Amino acid sequence: MTALMDPPSTPSAPEPTPRVEDVPRSIDPGLPRSDKVFFGVSRAIGYSVFVLMGAIGLFLGLQSIPTFKRYGLGFLTESQWQPEKDILGISAVLVGTFTVALVAMVIAFPLALATALYISEYAPAKFKSFLVSMVDLMAAIPSIVWGLWGFFLLQPKAIHVAHWLHTHMGWVPFFNVDTDPNAAPWAQSRYAASAFIAGIAVSMMVLPMAAAVMRQVFSQAPIGEREAALGLGSTKWGMIRAVVLPFGAGGIIGGTMLSLGRALGETIAVVLIISPAFDIKFKPLEIGTSTISALIAGRFGEATSAQLSALLTAGFVLFIITLIINTLAAMIVARSRSGAQE
Amino acid sequence: MIDRAGADTPLAPSWEPAPYEPPTVVWDESASVDAAPIEPAYVPVAVDYPVSSDLSYDESSSGRHAAEQAGYEAPVTTIPATEPEHAPSHTASSMTMAEAVVAAEATIAPADPFATMEIPAVAVAAPAAVSFTKAAQVPATTVTPSGSTPPPTASPEVKPMRASSEPDVPRPIGGKTLDDHASFWGSLLGSFGLLWVIYTQLLPFTGRVGFVILWLITFLLMYAGVSAMGNPSQVVLDRTVAAAIRAGAMIVGLALASAVFFTFWKGIDALVHVNFFTQDMAGVRPTAPLDQGGIIHAIAGSLIEIGIAVLFALPLGVGTAVFMNEVGGPTARAVRTVVEAMTALPSIVAGLFVYTVLIVTLGVSRTGIAAACAIFVMILPIIARASDVVLRVMPGGLREASLALGASKWQTVRMVVLPTVRPGLATALILGIARGVGETSPVLLTSGASSYLNLNPFSEPMNSLPLFVFSSVRSGEPLFIARGFGAASVLLALVLVLFVITRRLARTKVGNR
Repeated sequence: MTALMDPPSTPSAPEPTPRVEDVPRSIDPGLPRSDKVFFGVSRAIGYSVFVLMGAIGLFLGLQSIPTFKRYGLGFLTESQWQPEKDILGISAVLVGTFTVALVAMVIAFPLALATALYISEYAPAKFKSFLVSMVDLMAAIPSIVWGLWGFFLLQPKAIHVAHWLHTHMGWVPFFNVDTDPNAAPWAQSRYAASAFIAGIAVSMMVLPMAAAVMRQVFSQAPIGEREAALGLGSTKWGMIRAVVLPFGAGGIIGGTMLSLGRALGETIAVVLIISPAFDIKFKPLEIGTSTISALIAGRFGEATSAQLSALLTAGFVLFIITLIINTLAAMIVARSRSGAQE
Repeated sequence: MIDRAGADTPLAPSWEPAPYEPPTVVWDESASVDAAPIEPAYVPVAVDYPVSSDLSYDESSSGRHAAEQAGYEAPVTTIPATEPEHAPSHTASSMTMAEAVVAAEATIAPADPFATMEIPAVAVAAPAAVSFTKAAQVPATTVTPSGSTPPPTASPEVKPMRASSEPDVPRPIGGKTLDDHASFWGSLLGSFGLLWVIYTQLLPFTGRVGFVILWLITFLLMYAGVSAMGNPSQVVLDRTVAAAIRAGAMIVGLALASAVFFTFWKGIDALVHVNFFTQDMAGVRPTAPLDQGGIIHAIAGSLIEIGIAVLFALPLGVGTAVFMNEVGGPTARAVRTVVEAMTALPSIVAGLFVYTVLIVTLGVSRTGIAAACAIFVMILPIIARASDVVLRVMPGGLREASLALGASKWQTVRMVVLPTVRPGLATALILGIARGVGETSPVLLTSGASSYLNLNPFSEPMNSLPLFVFSSVRSGEPLFIARGFGAASVLLALVLVLFVITRRLARTKVGNR
């Protein structure tokens, strides 16, 4: 206020008088009290979430120290999980985790790509928003429902597909199952509860996420280049291949990796379908496998504190893998988006 | 239009529109006189019309292009005749710069004797083309959807050119030919028959799913083969890929529909009993008939747990998003990094964390509050990240307008930012609820499973819908599995209702703007 009162005297004195030197008045009014409170509170919230989330990550990381002290790097290479013999290792479950995720991605990737392309390029305009919300709905369906779907509806049918693949493509080691496919009553149970069936259920869970990312990037493909391609006489697929797919490459890769990160962590559908087994094998059609999350869900109950920290270490390893994949995916998607805006 | 566009360009001083207009018109009239060499220059214009008006134009009708050019060339050339002074603007406004330059070059290339005479016209045409495209930038978005306007405006001018006075009917440019229909349905039926013979009669294949998968592959092969009989290879590829993409989308749709209907269909046995919604499972044997017991305890448990989790996750999540966007500062980026990293945390690991800290270390027994904590840890990053995205895409102009009017930061946030993004925040919240209520793994580890109604989250175990489904399915009892499907139906219906509400909120956002 005093600063406002002063100035009239300065211009009203034209003759040079010896005065105290002019100090520029601060024009910064400072923060009102409401803003101080607001900044303080929102900072507190932000920091508390930061601390909470950071503490979880730190806690998981610290829990793995005693595990690695006790079991050494053998924890990563040992395949058996036998608490009664004090043999704990996650190599078999790691292989199982990636097998299930691989099966899921092999199924989810082409279907997600087809769904995204259909919605952004082929679907009639009036159905587009409906189809987009259907993809969102698919993402919102609880994983336990997909588990029921996989266990009760899919498994009886998928057994036949697995048997069929084994019978006719068994020469590929990947499709092999330790049983005689041509035995008169073929052993149906050998094909059940496998990584293949769990992978199909997981693929349905992660597919909408990939499809949503892909569709979003496809829909940003520049209309001018689409019309240029069509105007030069290209077919629709020629246009998609020349414009939409190169433009959406980042979204395709990023969306696929995001859904891979989700596929690695899926629990309930896998627990419902598979029968746990702890041997390293690359036979997704055969009964028995295990994933890290299924291991945690199955073994947390009877675990002693040492085993609990071993389970937490397994969870930490899974978290780190997911984190790396998600970060890479976010970078790839972000790069493709920034290209879309120029 | 010429004057305005010319004044905008830096080339304006060296270019006087008035004296050069006659040559430009002459150039256009020459285009109409000796149409033969000019015709290629107008091809992009003619082709541009069906493309912009209908993206799904029929590529198999490539043979019609010649007729279409001939039919469409007339209106273009007659425009200068009716209104000469606006002729350049008419032609160029429907052209891009490159096309206009090509058109200008095409006028001198074939007409050698007039080349020297027309050089000034070309010199005019080049800056004119630049200015036209600048001017055309503005209506570009309106030109594209209204691509069907040229025929109506051109038709009265075409009439004197044609002898007959029959009305101009727009040529259908979409649609499918008989060949398209016949090869599709023929291949579908043919592949079915062929595969039926091979699959069931000749080779010892079994399984209906295998048949359907092979039918799809056989159909695609046969469709490609049939198309190849009368079409170039590009069309064959286009048709086959289109069929494959449609089939893929159809499979996904089938999977979604089958999951929803299968759950409700299997759950209907339990859902028809009123006691299923009003009683709990206390004292009810797993083998008891469905008119005893119910899942009220699981429904109540789910609602209580998600309610507590959301009660804490919503203010913290939205507050974090506000901090990251409105307050900022160097730490905001670190917070955002951590929040994004935590969305990668698998839900089972979140559950295991809470189990270890709360139940094993701190000695809390398995209660509803422990389950709520696990759900909270799981949905906090989801809500924070979704709110962050919503706040980030909010137009900055609103914020700046509020601040420029003298509002403080807090007033801006409270009266401008949060009301503006409220539908988006509601969407984020409901997405978080839908994820949290359906996730089994956190509650599996933390809540225990009661068979009786327990409304106190601080003592005694508490059941929840996903956990009830999980345990009932694992029990192996047919009647108990039916109860599990009933509970899954309730869970699914809950998610569907939340989903519909989300859609409504997202739509009102558009309606209010």
